[in-house]
Formats: sequence, C-alpha cells, structure tokens
Amino acid sequence: MVRALRELWTGFKSLCVGMGITLRQFFRPTVNVPYPHRTLPIPPRYRGHIVLVRDPQTGRSLCIACKSCEKACPSDCIVVEGIKREGEKRKSVTEFKLDFTRCSLCGSCVEVCPVDAITFSKRYNLASTTKTAFYQIDLYQELLEEGKK
Amino acid sequence: MTLPEPWRLLAYWVGILGFVGLNAAYLVWVERKAAGRFQRRPGPTEVGPGGLLQPVADALKLLSKQVLVPPEADRFLFRLAPLLVMAPALICLAVIPFSATLGARDLHLGLLLVFAFGAVNVLALMLGGWASRNKYSIISAARVVSQNVAYEVPMLLVVVTLLMITGTANLREIVEQQTGGFWRWNLLRLLSNPLMPVTFLIFFICLLAETNRAPFDMAEAESELVAGAFTEYAGMSFGVFFMAEYANIVVGCAVATVLFLGGWDSPIGIGSGLFWFLLKMYLLIFTVIWVRWTFPRTQFYRLLNLSWKILIPVSLGTLMLTAVMLKIF
Repeated sequence: MVRALRELWTGFKSLCVGMGITLRQFFRPTVNVPYPHRTLPIPPRYRGHIVLVRDPQTGRSLCIACKSCEKACPSDCIVVEGIKREGEKRKSVTEFKLDFTRCSLCGSCVEVCPVDAITFSKRYNLASTTKTAFYQIDLYQELLEEGKK
Repeated sequence: MTLPEPWRLLAYWVGILGFVGLNAAYLVWVERKAAGRFQRRPGPTEVGPGGLLQPVADALKLLSKQVLVPPEADRFLFRLAPLLVMAPALICLAVIPFSATLGARDLHLGLLLVFAFGAVNVLALMLGGWASRNKYSIISAARVVSQNVAYEVPMLLVVVTLLMITGTANLREIVEQQTGGFWRWNLLRLLSNPLMPVTFLIFFICLLAETNRAPFDMAEAESELVAGAFTEYAGMSFGVFFMAEYANIVVGCAVATVLFLGGWDSPIGIGSGLFWFLLKMYLLIFTVIWVRWTFPRTQFYRLLNLSWKILIPVSLGTLMLTAVMLKIF
C-alpha cells in the first residue's frame, strides 16, 4: 500500500516536471527560419553545380577549352568545345555543357582546371518540370547572358 | 430577462451552433499554434495574418471533397455516426450556465443530462468504427468502448462525491453555491473533502480519456491504427468528427469549470460574469492542449491499469472520506 502510494506520488511528480519543461519551451522564442521568406547564409564551401568564372577585365570566360575537366570527370558529365580566335594566343570556349543528373559534385574538374575557370555555384533552389533543364545545363550560354546584363 | 418561447429556442440554436462552430474551427488553430510554440515553431503562418484563416481554408478543402462510403460498409450507420458524435455536444451545452443570466435551459437534472449525453459520444465512435468495415476501425471501436467504460466509472464516482456535497444536480445552483471568491469554489472545499484537488485531478484525467485526447488517444492512434475509427471517413464527414472532438473538449472543460472552479464567479469576489467563465474554460482547454503536446500516448493496458488500479480506488476513497466528513461536520 505504502509502496503503491509512493509510486503514485513519484509518477505524478515526474508528470509535473514534464509539463514544466514544455511550458518553459512554450515561452521561449521560436527557432524556425520561415524558408521562402527568409534564408540562412550559405557557407562559403557549399558545393552547388559548377559554373564558369568570368574574367573581371574582359568579361569573357577564363576557360581555354583544354578539356582537362572533361577528362577528369569520373561521370563524363562535362562537354567542352573551343576554337582559336584570330590574334589570340589561347583557345577560347564556345560550348560548355554540364549533365547535372549524373554529377556527384566531386570537384575533380574544379581541382584540375589549370586557369581556375570553374567554380562551385551556390545554387540550391533547383526545380524544373523537365529533365532537360538539368540534363544539359549550358554554362557557356549562361555566362554570355549574364554578361549582357 | 427571458425571451418568449419560439425566440428562445431560436436564440439557443443560433447561439450554441455559433459557439460550437467557432470554437471547433478556432481551437484547431489554437491547437496548431500551441503545438508549434511547445516545439518552438511558429505554427501556421501562411493563410491570413498569423494563419488566422487556416480553419477557413481547411473547411473549404474538406467541403470540396467527395464523401465516400466504402462499398462493404453499413451505409446507414456509416452516415449516422458523424451526426451522432456531434449532436450530444450541442445538447450538453444547453444546460451549461455561462453566466448568471446566460444559459439556454435551467434544468434541475442538468448534471445527469450532461453525463447521459456525454456517453453517446462513445456509441457514435463505436458505430463509426464498426460500420466502416475496416480492421483498424474495428480495433479502434473496441478500444474506445473498453477505454470509456473504464473511465466512466471514476468520473461518475467523482460526480457522486460532488453531488453529496452540493446536494443538487442543477448546474446553476451548483455555481450559485460557489459564488463569493475562490475560497468558496468546490475545488477548495476542504472541509467537506480534504482531497478535493485530487478529486478535480481525477475528473480532469477522466475528461482527457473520455474525449479521446492524448495521452489517451487510443481511438485515433495514428501510428498503430492509421486513423482508427475515422480511417474510412473522407471530406466533411471526417471534418464533423474532428469538430466533435473539439466540441466535446469545450463541453468537458465547461462542465469542469461549473463543477469545480465556480463557473462565472470571479476569484476575487467582484466583477463576476461571462468573462470569468470563458477565461477558466479556455485555461482548462489550454491545459488539455498542453498535456497533449507533453506526453506520448500510453499503452493500452497501462491505460486500463491507471483506471482500474489507481483512479477507481482513489475516487472511491474520496467518496468514502466525503461521506464521513459530511456526517461529522
């Protein structure tokens, strides 16, 4: 009888302690970030899909179409084409396509690039209704369009 | 002031339906907001300012869905159950005295009416579960019945204890006996029963179990029984069950306010009225929500153990104690 009553009392006390804990949480501020309205800063080492780097002086791509990235890519998701323009020592890129459906963001292309023409982007809000939107991301075209703006 | 007969009935229907509808809709919002706060989230925020239009959006969505009846189900009982679960809550509110002047019907067996119709809720859930012809629903129906039979006993023992002290089953008279400050409330009538707070606690626990609220939500144990008795209900027929859950909480907390917390009486003795009744009722409702978001669901045998091994002996004990105390003093 005494044991049962003591058990009852300790059980009741532990329930009260639990209620106290939740009530304390109730009055503390919320910790949510309401995502579409507010976003957290992205850490500098975040790896989004790769993009071409623009030369700050000329506004053109730094890429020399050496195809090192194409060879380095373990998943064969990069296609690079380039031409040698008149009066220029280096080749320049004319086509740079990324198959993001296969890319594992390993970063071999970024590492291998001799002129640091590729970098990771910070894009994580990727959504599309078609597969082609990620199948052949035309990074060179993107760079040109950005240049126009 | 008493209205003439047909108008009084009309006012009652409009008032009670409005009160229940508003509460059922907005208690869902309050519950979701409170659940959010307890988990340090903001809760619904998108529909309207502070998510205030969320119940409207939910209702529109439920109304626009088809009310399906499963082909193997008992069509009549399946359709009847949602009505049967909502109606008792509306009837019970008829005898609740909201303030000294506000109350639909002053019935001299009001307390009996509340508990008689309160039990119909169980029948409705059982019918709904049985008529769905779904294994989860039937398990849920069986659980509801054994749970409610188990908790009806200590609840009524508590009510008998209270009846012995008050000597009347008229809810208005019960409140009038308690007016004049919080030390006169039944909760603190320690001279008639030194264990009165314990009695209130038992009543509150039984209230949680009777309305199938967590941690006793065995009927709708979503991790075990999908949605229990509501599994086969779609659209607004599910919505009615959902509203009835909140309507029953309102009724239960209103009855607890009347029986133990002095109804419309102000705790400091001045300025009594509807405000105090609603304040006490909503504080109790908040506690119900608070309990839900604090404790996980119990196991079924523990639920029955709690009732048969603890609540019934303790409530019998307080009953005996009250009898002795009443005889002595």
